[in-house]
Amino acid sequence: MSVTTHTLSVLVANEPGVLARIAGLFSRRAFNIESLAVGPTEDPCLSRMTIVVSAEHKPIEQVTKQLHKLIHVVRIVELPHDNSVERELGLFKVAAPAGKRAEILEIAEIFKAQIVDVDTTTLVVESTGTPEQIASLGQLLVPYGILETARTGRVALGRGGKILRSPNPHPVPLEDLSRDYASDHHPAEPIPTRR
Amino acid sequence: MKVTGAQSLVRSLECAGVEVVFGIPGGAILPAYDPLLDSSIRHILMRHEQGAGHAAEGYAHVTGRPGVCMATSGPGATNLVTPIADAFMDSIPLVAITGQVPRAAMGGDAFQEADIIGITMPITKHSIKVMDPDAIPTAVAEAFHIASTGRPGPVLVDLPKDVLASDTTFAWPSSIELPGYRPHTEPNHRQIAAAAELIRRAERPVFYVGGGVVKGRAARELRALVEAVGAPVVTTLMARGAFPDDHDLNLGMPGMHGGYAAVTAMQRSDLLIALGVRFDDRVTGDLASFAPGAQIIHADIDPAEIGKNRAADVPIVGDAKAVIAALASSVGADASITPALYEPWRAEVARWHADYPFAYDQDPDGPIKPQHVVSRFDDALAGEGIVVTGVGQHQMWASQFMRFNRPNSWASSGGLGTMGFAVPAALGAKIGRPQERVVAIDGDGCFQMTAQELATASIEKIPFVVAILNNSHLGMVRQWQELFYDKRYSQVYLPREVPDYVALAEAYGGVGLRATSVDEVDAVIDKALGVDDRPCVVDFRVDEAEMCFPMVPAGASNDDIIVRPGVMPGAGEVEGSSPDHPVPEPYDEPEFVPSA
Repeated sequence: MSVTTHTLSVLVANEPGVLARIAGLFSRRAFNIESLAVGPTEDPCLSRMTIVVSAEHKPIEQVTKQLHKLIHVVRIVELPHDNSVERELGLFKVAAPAGKRAEILEIAEIFKAQIVDVDTTTLVVESTGTPEQIASLGQLLVPYGILETARTGRVALGRGGKILRSPNPHPVPLEDLSRDYASDHHPAEPIPTRR
Repeated sequence: MKVTGAQSLVRSLECAGVEVVFGIPGGAILPAYDPLLDSSIRHILMRHEQGAGHAAEGYAHVTGRPGVCMATSGPGATNLVTPIADAFMDSIPLVAITGQVPRAAMGGDAFQEADIIGITMPITKHSIKVMDPDAIPTAVAEAFHIASTGRPGPVLVDLPKDVLASDTTFAWPSSIELPGYRPHTEPNHRQIAAAAELIRRAERPVFYVGGGVVKGRAARELRALVEAVGAPVVTTLMARGAFPDDHDLNLGMPGMHGGYAAVTAMQRSDLLIALGVRFDDRVTGDLASFAPGAQIIHADIDPAEIGKNRAADVPIVGDAKAVIAALASSVGADASITPALYEPWRAEVARWHADYPFAYDQDPDGPIKPQHVVSRFDDALAGEGIVVTGVGQHQMWASQFMRFNRPNSWASSGGLGTMGFAVPAALGAKIGRPQERVVAIDGDGCFQMTAQELATASIEKIPFVVAILNNSHLGMVRQWQELFYDKRYSQVYLPREVPDYVALAEAYGGVGLRATSVDEVDAVIDKALGVDDRPCVVDFRVDEAEMCFPMVPAGASNDDIIVRPGVMPGAGEVEGSSPDHPVPEPYDEPEFVPSA
């Protein structure tokens, strides 16, 4: 079995401490999170986390099942790379002396990146795209001297009409905990004994 | 209705059906203790919060209802960590209520502040920090619902002091809404049919029964299913009593110190019908060589357990009661599945059972064998009563030599292996089942970890017997040092005279008894079981050198089970057994050298 990256899209209750529960679960089960992005959704009760992890198939299934056990986790779906839209955003602060500025602008143009800050000696390039596009832009900017980098985690949505949303309300009545549960399953029949 | 947060909490606990709370008050939880004075709920004042947690667990073990423990913030809460972890590993329904510093002080390293939600995150099924006094009833309702449904477990409710002190209104919810919590209880009928088909084709099926059957209240359904199929049963440490030990299909406990027949039946089986189990390493030994020829039907309410350690041929997610009932009806509808199918298999298993029973040699003039004490208690209880244990050799002997014919009659710390479990858990068990006799089989090492709860028991007039198998050692550790560390005994000696257990019991207001020779054992047991108004501690001075067998060394294959020193009937006989595991050489009768 090979290690591949998996993109998990997780709907979670918008409650304090959810991020700690999820991050803790990954580290406790010895999984490395490559990136994690959280944000609000169209439903104010829910946030969506997009988690990228590297793992083999069987362990990812186990960690998904463990994630499902967290009460604050409402839905999980693994987004296949070939059937989802995946985006990241990167900011690169590049050394840009007067002589080099035009070249950098040209590279930014090719990647449809924006220049969001200009100074006498530096430029900040903002790029949105697939993780691969951001990485190639970064590669091309290296020779000019990348002074600082900031990248978001990946966000993703599945393509097409399939929607990940909260299940319909389903209130459950409370158990009657005053019942004597222990004795209600004692077998009454005599035991066929070897003694 | 206008109330304080604390009154709302106590009202909520009453509405949740709580009859007893085990706890210790302190600064942050103080407001909750005032309305407790006016409540129908009995509060048992423990001497240590760990005791409160284990007592709540003992109560939950024998009643099937959630146990409740309460502690203050900071050290009170952190002292609950061990019982919470214990309840998490053994799927015990437990609700832990902790005080917290006032909201405004949180995060500022206030006096007795500890982030108990953060500390217990990996060891709770869920936890709730209540920041709004109006949310108290819902939080309590959710805590009890989550703790006691699905795969049960511990839930912690953390309440800042000022939330308890605020004014609020009380209204008990009739239902709750948890979109992220919908345990899957009804099994898939195609999976049930597939399971019945595997049973029909099997020649050597074994029911591998775990604690989930007790938690799922499915003992009656299990009995019907097993008798319809006619296959042998093994009951794990957590499932003792789920199927009657006196039943001729029960092979008892499998695993590291399980019976030869139970271990070998699984190894040679062609179909394990695994019900409410998690293929724990203490049962499977080396996983790669565990039951190599067996297909697996694995039913559990927790989907994460299925396929975690061993792939399942037929996975079934569902509540044990529903799954077992469905299996029984599916098997019952198939006329080709009859106990006659497995007659040769039963005969083979019965032969192993007869050839290698649990055994010990009691020399009438020699030192008391610990197994003898356990056997005599078993005879005296005659299958009745509740048995609680700590962790170690005495725990294994209790499981090996005592008969459990009813579910919820056995409480032991399995997954976490918590020494010190017995005394407080016995106290909680007696509160839960006041009409039953409760006996704690304990070790001298375990006993000293939580013995202070004898004070609680005598003040509250809670009678139970603590039988200390006093071998003046941390016996299981000593056994491993004897077998695997060349008899270099390191830090395992506990002189048997210190403390004087009889004097200690009496100092705590209990009864203290002692047996030093074999002929004293029965009389002392009789006398101990006759004490009905306070705890009774019996110091059984047992053979220091006795070791617990059978044994599968850690990491070895179950094929290499050592029935007793020098006797390894399975070694090299079974196909697929692996010879590469470290197996200790057969050795001579141990020569005991105290390390002091």
